Amino acid sequence: MSVGEITHIGRPTNRVDGKLKVTGQAHYAAEYPADDLLYGYIVGSTTAAGRIAAMDLDAARQFPGVVEIFTHENRSKAAWLDRSWRDEVAPPGHPFRPLNSDRILFDGQPVALIVAETFEAARDAASLVRIAYDVDAHCTELEAKRAEAYAPPKKRSGIPPPPDPRGDAEQAFQNAPVKISRDYRINAEHHNPMEMFATTCVFEGDGKLTIYDKTQGSQNAQGYVTSVFGLRSKDVRLVNQYVGGAFGAGLRPQHQLFFAVMASLELERSVRVSLTRAQMFHIGYRPDSYHTVSLAADRDGRLQSIMHDAVASTSHYEDYQEAVVNWSGMMYHCDNVKLTYQLAKLDTATPCDMRAPGAAIGVTALECALDELSYELGIGPLEIRRINFASKDENTNKQFTSKALLECYSEGAAAFGWEKRSPRPRAMKEGRELIGWGVSTGMWDAFLQKAQATATLKVDGTLEVATAASDIGTGTWTILTQIGAEAFGLPLEDVQARIGDSTLPMSPVEGGSWTAASNGSAVQAACDAVKHSLFKQARKMANSPLADASFKDVEVRDRRIFRKDDPARGLSIFEVMHAAELTEITEQGKVSPNLRQMLKYISYTNSAVFAEVRVDEDLGVVRVTRVVCAAAAGKILNPKTARSQILGGVVMGIGMALHEEAMTDHRLGKIMNANLGEYHFPAHADIEDIEVIFVDEKDDKVSPLGVKGLGEIGIVGTASAVANAIFHATGVRVRDFPITIDKILNSPRPS
Amino acid sequence: MNRFEYIRPATVADAIAALNEPAARALAGGTNLVDLMKYDVAQPSRLVDINRLPLKSIEITPSGALRIGALVTNTDLAWHRDVREKWPILSSAILAGASPQLRNAATAGGNLMQRTRCYYFYDPSTACNKRQPGSGCSAIGGVNRIHAILGASDSCIAVHPSDMCVAMAALDASVEVEGPDGKRSIPMSGFHRLPGGEPERDNTLKVGELITSIIIPKPDFGAHHTYLKIRDRLSYAFALISVAAALRVEEGIIQDVRIALGGVAHKPWRDFDAERSLKGERVGTQSFKQVADFILRDAKGQGDNDFKIELARRAIVRALEQAAAGTPQDQADKSIH
Ligand SMILES: Cc1cc2nc3c(=O)[nH]c(=O)nc-3n(C[C@H](O)[C@H](O)[C@H](O)COP(=O)(O)OP(=O)(O)OC[C@H]3O[C@@H](n4cnc5c(N)ncnc54)[C@H](O)[C@@H]3O)c2cc1C
Ligand code: SF4
Repeated sequence: MSVGEITHIGRPTNRVDGKLKVTGQAHYAAEYPADDLLYGYIVGSTTAAGRIAAMDLDAARQFPGVVEIFTHENRSKAAWLDRSWRDEVAPPGHPFRPLNSDRILFDGQPVALIVAETFEAARDAASLVRIAYDVDAHCTELEAKRAEAYAPPKKRSGIPPPPDPRGDAEQAFQNAPVKISRDYRINAEHHNPMEMFATTCVFEGDGKLTIYDKTQGSQNAQGYVTSVFGLRSKDVRLVNQYVGGAFGAGLRPQHQLFFAVMASLELERSVRVSLTRAQMFHIGYRPDSYHTVSLAADRDGRLQSIMHDAVASTSHYEDYQEAVVNWSGMMYHCDNVKLTYQLAKLDTATPCDMRAPGAAIGVTALECALDELSYELGIGPLEIRRINFASKDENTNKQFTSKALLECYSEGAAAFGWEKRSPRPRAMKEGRELIGWGVSTGMWDAFLQKAQATATLKVDGTLEVATAASDIGTGTWTILTQIGAEAFGLPLEDVQARIGDSTLPMSPVEGGSWTAASNGSAVQAACDAVKHSLFKQARKMANSPLADASFKDVEVRDRRIFRKDDPARGLSIFEVMHAAELTEITEQGKVSPNLRQMLKYISYTNSAVFAEVRVDEDLGVVRVTRVVCAAAAGKILNPKTARSQILGGVVMGIGMALHEEAMTDHRLGKIMNANLGEYHFPAHADIEDIEVIFVDEKDDKVSPLGVKGLGEIGIVGTASAVANAIFHATGVRVRDFPITIDKILNSPRPS
Repeated sequence: MNRFEYIRPATVADAIAALNEPAARALAGGTNLVDLMKYDVAQPSRLVDINRLPLKSIEITPSGALRIGALVTNTDLAWHRDVREKWPILSSAILAGASPQLRNAATAGGNLMQRTRCYYFYDPSTACNKRQPGSGCSAIGGVNRIHAILGASDSCIAVHPSDMCVAMAALDASVEVEGPDGKRSIPMSGFHRLPGGEPERDNTLKVGELITSIIIPKPDFGAHHTYLKIRDRLSYAFALISVAAALRVEEGIIQDVRIALGGVAHKPWRDFDAERSLKGERVGTQSFKQVADFILRDAKGQGDNDFKIELARRAIVRALEQAAAGTPQDQADKSIH
């Protein structure tokens, strides 16, 4: 194929960083070498609330190889104001400050850092630390605090609070002929990315630090370090080139970053601190939540009333918030809506955004309730969703920039074979297994955030694009490379992306599924700017074949700039740069949300998820044998990595439906299954066929690239589709997630 | 993790000598022991790495029994041709456990000796009589979804987590050990013990004793056997309930029966009275339900695990149905027939 035919956008493309990753050449935060490196090991509290009464550090201090032990008694000075500890995505409250005082706020709270010449010495010494606590009463059980739940007085920035009620939901509920009101519970989940949180802080001397950190935002983490420790921004560089998954746990700076930097500054040496898998359970989690969903409809299935009241857990020190119930006001058309969202304080760490925060739980509850209503009505579960299609966002009264949800329903249903479904539960069976089919709608924000990038065209025609984005496994490296290659008609090998470094152009944290749209559009804008300058230089040249052309008449491709209508008339990039005595051209690109457009429009990604389960009739063992996820996500830059994102989301959704939960001993305030042997998520055997469909969706408003983002939509609606399928298979409705065998066995069997 | 002495003897005699102190531990595949050391649950004074000992062979004895060296890996044992043909229930049970990576490292002796997966046992900040005798049992009244429904005591309600041992119990295996006082053979039913007032003792192995091999007599069940494991996900999870069942059937009448349960007690559970009650009965769901009720007559839930009583009942019936039909559960098939 000639270079002239290359189109990179929309082509399934392998990860450009794939080979580096599978050959071990991609370095993660704990893998960067440093001279004279010290190792820190965190000691966690063993009680959930109280004060440290006494610490016996003698044995640990005397342990060979131990250099220093930091506790609240000798911690170096750090910032005083809460404001200095608040990162870009912090919720309102008092951010956690490690070793700030003797106060214990949650089990596993870091109470000491052992720093030693080797990791093993630090860990061994840590086991010798003895701490006595004055224990206070604690509560980690949401149920017990439900009655004390409150609407958070101060709202978290970026999170829309529930909309004001519209119509009269109570009255409409009373009047409607068909209605249900149900309680759902979704247990706390933990992110558990493969890579453990780790920081290698390299002490460069001259007051400079280079920090390799596992984070979803190099600039957010860098800003945290400079403000907490009062350092100058230019002295601190923070690198997160490769991130082994995060799922939101890396949005906020985690403990290990504070500890590595503190120890490094105090000891004037390079320090590495890694969390253990067990410690990963103390850094934030998807909140535990209860939902009461009341739905009412007329006999034709048109929704007359929607009420959704959610209570979710938070810590004592911060009011963590996410948009949980808002979805219930905008996924379907309904004139009478009342939504409430409350928090209850527990003696745990502050929860933390986890893949599709808010939607993953709120939509699950709504979509199960809608399924229940469909059986009350005797209307098919897909039909009821179609009947209630919302053509605008009724929470805000804004138009959608696009919404190809009906196409998701029809293409997903066709691929799944939905029309063969028998409406009755327990109607399909094979061998000892009951078969059920369930459906759910999914929805997630399509954000555009402020972002910047640079593009640099070299005299040899190769390109570099740079932005401080992160790639947490999402494929950012690859799509940015594709965008650059597309802009200049280059093969991928000739484009080098640079990301994961706080010194690169401004980027938000990698979250919310906004990176492709935001950083991608910024890179595209930078590339356009470079092309403009190239064109200006080319036109200026003596006897330029482009002298009479305007920018829109030219194209850059195959290391040449030429007239579209007569490709023979053009110049090589080398000629242009040479004439202008340039070795490279660098330009910036910026994007920011179009505020004027946002007054009228709002953007979401939509999906329809279809699931088939097989449930052993006596033993309650569930197998998810098929899932079809049809998503409308605007333009798909790379169908291959895009599909991977959906697959991962669906797998996580199956985990939410069947496996994932923190098992807390509320007497002790302790998570008892804080390891990957007992904290279950799907194993390979639990995953069978997953089909991903991207329906066509053109959207010229959502982002300059027409991209909506795909990191989160895959999980939204999957747990509900599976739960609804289990009901269809068995006639048993379990409203407590995860749906484990005991809950199926204990639920009353239908007659 | 504590500091420890590490030695790697070349002979069984040297290993036994090195093991003759209470805090010395044999190191085989390390898949359990090293974990426990990292959690500060096991704090051996000395690790005796037994991997150089000549205990790696699988043999058929002149009487047709199977002799498994203590260091045979779970993988080698499960995929051994003779084992798959003549002791398929053992092969199946092993393949139902852990993951391929773990089975590649785990040994037969280590599997017998593996410790409970009780959450509290693993967390040194909690009270646990098994880890620290006399400190109390946190699992009672706590998170005990995976705990015992049979044979528990007031001091411990933990279960032995092995799959392999459940099949071995059904197969009337015996454990060959060698120690300072010489060799002895312990029948499988007497190897693991119930917790009673001494939950710190998992089994009847004495200080200084080394498992050298496991002997399994030749079974005569034909295709009438199965290993059925019910767990919280379809692979890589310990059993909520597992059942090793084997029948000898003549003209629809049960001549001989073995039923061993996993995930229910501090040891693989066999109930010889219950088995006897099934002999002479006609094959069928009715008699299977009766024997399940009989086995579970004293079953007691602890709260979270109450459901395991009913689940065990149903699993026993299903396993016996599979065995009677001569259609053992295939571990690669995630649907249960
Ligand atoms: C995540 C995970 C999941 C698992 N899932 C399952 C499962 O589903 N089903 C299942 O059955 N098992 C499961 N296992 C357990 C696994 O089977 C055991 O860890 C393994 O069998 C132990 O064997 P090893 O050789 O590694 O023992 P080691 O860890 O080396 O030793 C374990 C104990 O045995 C002692 N020991 C070893 N050999 C001898 C000997 N010859 N004589 C005397 N003492 C000896 C050691 O001193 C030690 O106390 C799982 C393990 C893990 C980590
Ligand atoms: S059940 Fe046994 S192992 Fe578990 S806490 Fe109680 S004593 Fe310890």
